[in-house]
Order: sequence, then structure tokens, then C-alpha cells
Amino acid sequence: MTAPGGPGPGVTAPGGPGPGVTAPGGAGPGGGKPRVFIVDDHALFRAGVRAELGDQVEVVGEADDVRPAIAQITACLPDVVLLDVHLPGGGGHFVVTSVKAAHPQVRFLALSASDAPEDVIAAIRAGARGYVTKTISSAELIDAVRRVAAGDAVFSPMLAGFVLDAFATLPAAGQERPSFDPELDQLTLREREVLRLIARGYTYKEIARELYISVKTVESHVSSVLRKLQLSTRHQLTRWATERRLT
Amino acid sequence: MLPAEDGPGRPRSRRLGARLWSRAPGHGGPLRRGREDRLLGGVAAGLAARTGVDVIVIRLLFVLATLVSVGAAAYVLAWLFIPMAGEDGSIAGKALTDRRGIALAAGLASLLTIVLVLASVLGAGWIGNLAWPLVIGVAGLALIWRNAPAEEQETMRRLAEPLRGLTGDTPGMTGQHTRSATVARTVVAAGLLAGGLAVLLSGHAGAELLRPLGGLLLVVAAIMVLLGPWWLRIARDLVVERQARVRAEERADMAAQVHDSVLQTLALVQRNADQPQQVVKLARAQERELRSWLFDGRAPGSVPGEARTLASGVRLIQQEVEARYGVAVEAITVGDCDLDDDLNAVLAAAREATVNAAKWSGASVASLFAEVEPAEVSLFVRDRGCGFDPAAVPGDRRGLAESVRARMARRGGSAAVRSAPGQGTEVSLHMPRRTVKRQPSRA
Repeated sequence: MTAPGGPGPGVTAPGGPGPGVTAPGGAGPGGGKPRVFIVDDHALFRAGVRAELGDQVEVVGEADDVRPAIAQITACLPDVVLLDVHLPGGGGHFVVTSVKAAHPQVRFLALSASDAPEDVIAAIRAGARGYVTKTISSAELIDAVRRVAAGDAVFSPMLAGFVLDAFATLPAAGQERPSFDPELDQLTLREREVLRLIARGYTYKEIARELYISVKTVESHVSSVLRKLQLSTRHQLTRWATERRLT
Repeated sequence: MLPAEDGPGRPRSRRLGARLWSRAPGHGGPLRRGREDRLLGGVAAGLAARTGVDVIVIRLLFVLATLVSVGAAAYVLAWLFIPMAGEDGSIAGKALTDRRGIALAAGLASLLTIVLVLASVLGAGWIGNLAWPLVIGVAGLALIWRNAPAEEQETMRRLAEPLRGLTGDTPGMTGQHTRSATVARTVVAAGLLAGGLAVLLSGHAGAELLRPLGGLLLVVAAIMVLLGPWWLRIARDLVVERQARVRAEERADMAAQVHDSVLQTLALVQRNADQPQQVVKLARAQERELRSWLFDGRAPGSVPGEARTLASGVRLIQQEVEARYGVAVEAITVGDCDLDDDLNAVLAAAREATVNAAKWSGASVASLFAEVEPAEVSLFVRDRGCGFDPAAVPGDRRGLAESVRARMARRGGSAAVRSAPGQGTEVSLHMPRRTVKRQPSRA
């Protein structure tokens, strides 16, 4: 048995842990380590994340609620904000919308332990580039941060399953037709395949190998799904979010 | 999550179903007086819960019945003979052993009877119509007063409060202002009452239709003036008291749940502090349990015995494997459908594969992904553990391939195992669906 939480032997975290993490595409826009800002109302959790991220990234600040977060993020303009979707002063998506309006280059990665799907979907629709659970391993978290810093999207298996589910049913004949946009409201076959593999626990690299495509193509599929998730007008999205519990 | 199912007035014990009143036509369990939303004895609340009619309607019916005939007496009798929700015996049962109470009730009844008979002899014969219900009501109230549980006696004490207020010794009603207000109210009410009675009596002599009605109105107005403020206060007190009780019950419930689950687990964690594996296992199981309680409303410790849908079956596998092997299972389902024999076989195979992953792979996480599509159900079990060479399966791994493959094949499904040393293992299960009926998926 391996240590709990840590990757077991043979585990390849997305992008590859260890020496592989500093490989191409891993660095933030600044060229060096991505500058990360942590927003979470639990001091203990912030300290834990800080320790987990270690020297792989540069943690430039912390905040414990919506208002201080907006103020400090605007002041220090990090590459990636790790955002708890559920904050005492309201949903984390307020932070996303407020900062994005003035500084679209700041990227957000939603973190959740609360199982509040409305908050997760709200954060993503507000513009977050991905969603991971707080139980994620350190290597995977670091990789997710790098991915988001590089402008890619990060889907947890649970979010992938959720999107597949939410986009599975065709809109009902009646109410949804008028606003139905096949470009935005339907997944392509390839996107479904990619999401399915994510839900099955595959990394981007493994997906690429499985589907005989490049990692870049996998990334672009995921980004396109993220765009649909953010822009689709399907009312199912909200309904599904409230009916299902994302973990 | 809240004990809403156990709501007010709902019968809690079916054992009492053999009682006379429980055989009344209708549905539900035996008739019980409502405990939570009662104004007086909870009779109306109990009837409302039993029949599904709004409690306000039933209360209005009782008031109307009191004005024209025997409503009050019927109410008192019901109060006397119907047990309170959650209790075994009625007040009447207790009153049987209360000899002094029976004597008091009989005395009151005979006294009233004498008064009313006198009244009828003196020419006000119509009073006789009201006499019997009134006698029964007062005698019943006397018995209830003596034998009701403390809680209900408190209600009756509140009922009696304005009468004491009239004599000026109400506790809590001190001060010049309230006293003079009471006096003023009494005077106005007495005037109205006298006027009303006069009109009623004369109206009875004359056969005109409108005048008795006017008299009745005056009497009712007198009662309202006299007792109205106090009624309002009682209603307010009752609401406040009820809310407080509901809150207290919720808190007690919460405390019990937390104690049974979280605190117990914390105690175990402290005892096993030197065994990280064990602690992780406990924490994980507790997390699942707490989540399912907080978000799905399932009580801690109550593992649903049998899954009805594919998603709940997958969740069961997840819970079982996490609890027994200390390996995290990331379970994801897309879509859902009811289980049939075929799908039960898929679940059994998936369980076998998950247990194998937990036992042999050495990985700390296993992924379980199930997707329900119109034509087939797919299930994937994946780990990133040591893997193995399927071509050279060691003896102790035959179980996986055989129980999984054979099980699927018997039902017309298929199973594939993909693995290589150091590459982890993935078991894919596919089963064509017999009933092509997609259900709205609910977690």
C-alpha cells in the first residue's frame, strides 16, 4: 500500500510529476513559476495548500472572503487564483466576475469540498478555467495550476461526468427550442469521448494515447467543452446542478 | 433531514390500531390529538392530520357547531377520549381511577342541570337546548383538568387566565393601565352581553327572524371584546412556544446524529492515531456518511440495504470498498435506470473488479465510472496500481476474470480486462439494455 493521498507506483499525474512538471507548457505566462493566490475561508486549509504547492509555484497572497479577495487580487494580479467556491460572504463566483471585468488575464481554478454544485457551476459560468476537489493529490493540484496558468481547462472526473449527464438529453421539444444552439448546446462525438475518459480516471496524456490524438488536441477539446459549459443557455445546467451533487 | 415525516398529529404507533375510533373509514393510522399544532386539546389538529382537511376549516366547523348546537361538548368529549399523539392512553382512561374527579364532575353536572332546569321552568325553555351539551362540556373539562398531563394543564391554565384577570389577580398583568383596561373591557362587554341577551330573549318572544340574529351578534361581540386581546396573546405565545420546541428538537436530533457518527469516529481516530492507514479509512468512511446525511438526507449508519437504481448500486459498492479496504473509490455515474437481473449482474461484476483493485493493485484510488445509454449500460473500473499481464494470470487472479467474465457472458454482456505490469488495470463491462427507458438521472 502506498501512502494515502499520494500517487502510487505507476501513477502518472497529468503531465507527469517530478522532473516532468517543469516541461514545456508547464510554466506560467511570466516564464517562471506561476504566481498563485489562495482564497479560502479556512486558515488551516490555506496553510495546507501552501505547504502542498511547496516551491513548485509562488504563492503571492491569501484571502478568506469575497471582499478582501477582490481587493488583494486586483492589487497583486496573480496568474492563477485557487478559489473556494463557497465563502462566508457569498459564492466564489462573485470574485471571478468582479476581477475578470477589469483583469481578464487572471485565471481561476475552482476548489470545492462543500459539494455545493450551484456554487461550482456558478464559478465556472462566471469564468473559472476548471474545477478540482479538495481531496486532490499535491502532484495533481500543481499540475492543474500549471494547466490553468497556461490557459487550459481542468476537469475533475466528477465534473466530466456531470457535463456528460447535463448534455446527454436533447432539449425538450417545447420550451427550449427557441434558444437552442447546436454549436453551444451539444457536445461533439470527440468531446464526449474525451469527457468519458476523464470520468474514467484517465489523464490527458493517457487520453491522447487512447484516442490517437495529441495532448494539445485533448486540451483543445476540453477547453471547447468548458466554453460550452460557460455559454450554453441550456436550463438543464442549472437544474442538473441542483439535482446532482458534484464531489 | 428534518424529522418532518414524523410531523404533528401523525400516528407514531400502529399497535393502537385496534381502537374503536381507528376503524373510522378513511386512511392513515388511528386518530390522535395533535401535539404540536394544538390550540386547546389538539382535537382539530388531530382530525386535520387524519383527514387531510385544513386545520383552520375544522376549527371553524367546531366554532360553528358550538354556536348552533353541540360543538363544544363534542370537542370536550374528543379531548377526553382520544389519546394524545405518541401516548397510549386517553385522559378518560386515567380519569376512571380518579374517584374525586368523577365526583366533582358529577357534582358540577348536577348543579348545572338544576340551574338549567330552573331556567326552563321559569320560561326560558330554549335554554334547555343548550343545557345538555353545556353540562357534558363542563363535566368533561373538570375531568380533563384533573387528569391531563402537565403540558395540557398548562394550556388549560392559560384558558382560565382571563377569568382570573377579571377578578384582578392575574400574575403578570400588573400596573394601573392594564387594570383599568380590564375594567373598561369588562364594562363594555357586560353592556353588550346584557343588550344581546335582552334582544335574544325578546326576539325569541317575537317571531321575527332578524332580531335573534342581532342578539347573537351582540353576544359574540361581547365575548370578543372581553376575551379578544387575551386570545391574540395566547395565539402568539403558542406560536413562539411551538417554534422553540421544534428548534430544541432539531438541535437534540442533530446532537444525537453527530454523537453517533462524528464523535464516535473521532474517538476511534484518537485511539488509532499511530496507524495512519486506519485513520484515513475511518476519516473517509465518516466523510461519506456525513455527506450523505447532510446532502442526501440519509441518516448516518443506515446503509440502504438494497439498491434500486444503478447509481445507488454504484454508490453502495463505493461505500463498501472504501469502508472495508481503506481505498478511495471515485464513483461517477452518468444517467440512471432501475435495476433488473442483468444490471444486478453488472453491479456484482463491478463490485468484484473494484474489490480486486482495492486488494491487489496497491493503488490508493480506484475509479468507478458508470454510464447509462439508451442501448447499453457501461461500467469501468480502473486503478493505477501495479497491473499484471493478462496472458500470464497468476492462480489467485483467476477469480477476477472468471467471476467477472462468466457473470457478464451469462447475461449477454461482455467484459474486457486491460492491464500490463506497471500500467494499472482497467475492467470494462458492457451490458445491452432490455428495457429501453431512460430515467431522469438523480444522484
